[in-house]
Amino acid sequence: MTTVADPSVGKAERKAVPPDHKPRRNLTPWLLLLPGLIWLTVFFLIPILTSVSASVQTGNYDDGFKLTWHWGNYAHAIKDYGTQYWHSSLYSVLTTFFCLALGYPVAYFIAFKGGKWKSLLMALVIVPSFTSFLIRTIAWETILADQGPVVHVLKSAHILSVTQALGWTTGGHVINTPAAVVCGMVYNFLPFTILPLYTSLEKIDPRLLEAGNDLYCSTFTTWRRITLPLSMPGVIGGTLLTFIPAVGDYINAQLLGNPNTGVVGQKIEDLFLRQTSGYPVGSAISVVMMVGTLVLVMSYIRKAGTEDLL
Amino acid sequence: MTTLTAPPAAARAAAPAVRRRSPLAWARERVLLVVTVAIFVFMLLPNAVILWMSFNKPSGKFNYVWNHFSTSAWTNPCAQAGMCHSIGLSLEIGAVATIVATVLGTMIAFAMVRHRFKARSGINALLFLPMAAPEVVMGATLAAMFFNTIGPGALGFWTITIAHVMFCVSYVVVTVKARLAGMDPTLERAAQDLYATPFQTFMKVTLPLVAPGIAAAALLAFALSVDDYIITVFTAGNLETFPMYIWGSVQRAYPAQIDVIGSMMLLGTMAIIATSTILGRVRAARK
Repeated sequence: MTTVADPSVGKAERKAVPPDHKPRRNLTPWLLLLPGLIWLTVFFLIPILTSVSASVQTGNYDDGFKLTWHWGNYAHAIKDYGTQYWHSSLYSVLTTFFCLALGYPVAYFIAFKGGKWKSLLMALVIVPSFTSFLIRTIAWETILADQGPVVHVLKSAHILSVTQALGWTTGGHVINTPAAVVCGMVYNFLPFTILPLYTSLEKIDPRLLEAGNDLYCSTFTTWRRITLPLSMPGVIGGTLLTFIPAVGDYINAQLLGNPNTGVVGQKIEDLFLRQTSGYPVGSAISVVMMVGTLVLVMSYIRKAGTEDLL
Repeated sequence: MTTLTAPPAAARAAAPAVRRRSPLAWARERVLLVVTVAIFVFMLLPNAVILWMSFNKPSGKFNYVWNHFSTSAWTNPCAQAGMCHSIGLSLEIGAVATIVATVLGTMIAFAMVRHRFKARSGINALLFLPMAAPEVVMGATLAAMFFNTIGPGALGFWTITIAHVMFCVSYVVVTVKARLAGMDPTLERAAQDLYATPFQTFMKVTLPLVAPGIAAAALLAFALSVDDYIITVFTAGNLETFPMYIWGSVQRAYPAQIDVIGSMMLLGTMAIIATSTILGRVRAARK
């Protein structure tokens, strides 16, 4: 996200504190750190712990909830929502894949062919994010409408009958189908893939690519042997920044999907806000989801390192 | 791509300049260009549709399909009951959350870049996790804590604001840290050599240099706060912010006025970018 501030700072970001900046043994850093860290502890870390306790409670809103160590909530959380777990995983994996496939060429083009248009093109990637993402997601209702040009083209090219056979679309519609959900998710998360990709591609010295060419590498080999390995931090960061929010996303499934595209997030919201005794099971589901995501994040962090991703 | 990998031997023997202009390379570059343009269309199309549909007079309750041209939504943007009120609420929460998150985040960024201390990696992890955790998990766990402590009835303005500050702080830290780390430390040493007190150095040298980073961080925090739906819905109680109003509209009726607000957001952002670019050019020209 550093590019939002100023694209030029990315290069200097990792420059270490100069050696003549002597370590100071005083309280200043802690005075600076404490207010923010206390805020994050109280409103981020402790809630996660409370929700673990909430996940083994029983009760309802009228009589209150009691900690009864009711582990059966987890049995419910895992068994009853199998379809939703499957949908969340499938849609987020597909989204991450398509975001990488679409984001890489764009980031590559801006970084190496952008020239003096670099910052304008990066601004074009970011500018849509300043319009409410809900309004932009709902705009796909218009784009993918049954009478719209997109559906017309897909129908006349017989693509719609293929996707229908595969179960991606239903009944001659594109809107309110799994295909629309994934399309909306790719659209929403693409900037999150492009930004870290661009940051790492932009750092690559173009002379390295010239050297590859001079040594009779084809453009593809140059990309595979030089560009791709050097851009791996961006690939890892970009896929991570896309996959994690995509797992929890239920906006697209709700707005662009149908009752058969249910995802985990919808169930959590429903259990918390609309069912009188649903919140322990809702907490159990979010704990399951959190642990699952955390395992993935940790294995990724081991690969890339926290400082690199920040 | 395999067809592109082996240029003919004759071409290899030719001078590098000729090899660069070979038709194959030219076509490949155009493929990349065409693909990039297509993806940009994909990314920008919804904004164009929002602008277009804001001039629509919908035939039914939902402004999803083009009917006929009208400027009535633009002349009466607040015609829908509750919409402008929800926008006001979102802006209020955004302003408070931005100020608090920017102050807390900037302080952390200074500590991280300017000071050495223990527990660094632990603090880094604590800052990274809110950006990595799925929003629905943060919303649900925070709601669980509020239910257990202050009760569901107490949810409202302050619980939303607290939640927004929580998820904005990390983004502020990242943005300000980037600016601080890229700064030339010799300027501050020069100020101190000229007998400036630490406070004077901070106010006259450090702060003006970091200000663009802090401004960018505040803008980012504001955008994140105003746009948030998932965490907000878990902490809002009976209040309705603008994203929650939009969410409700999908079930009730989707007026063209929402597209007007969406267009205003786009045009406003473009105006800000254009102004800052022009100001930057003017400043550069003066130097």
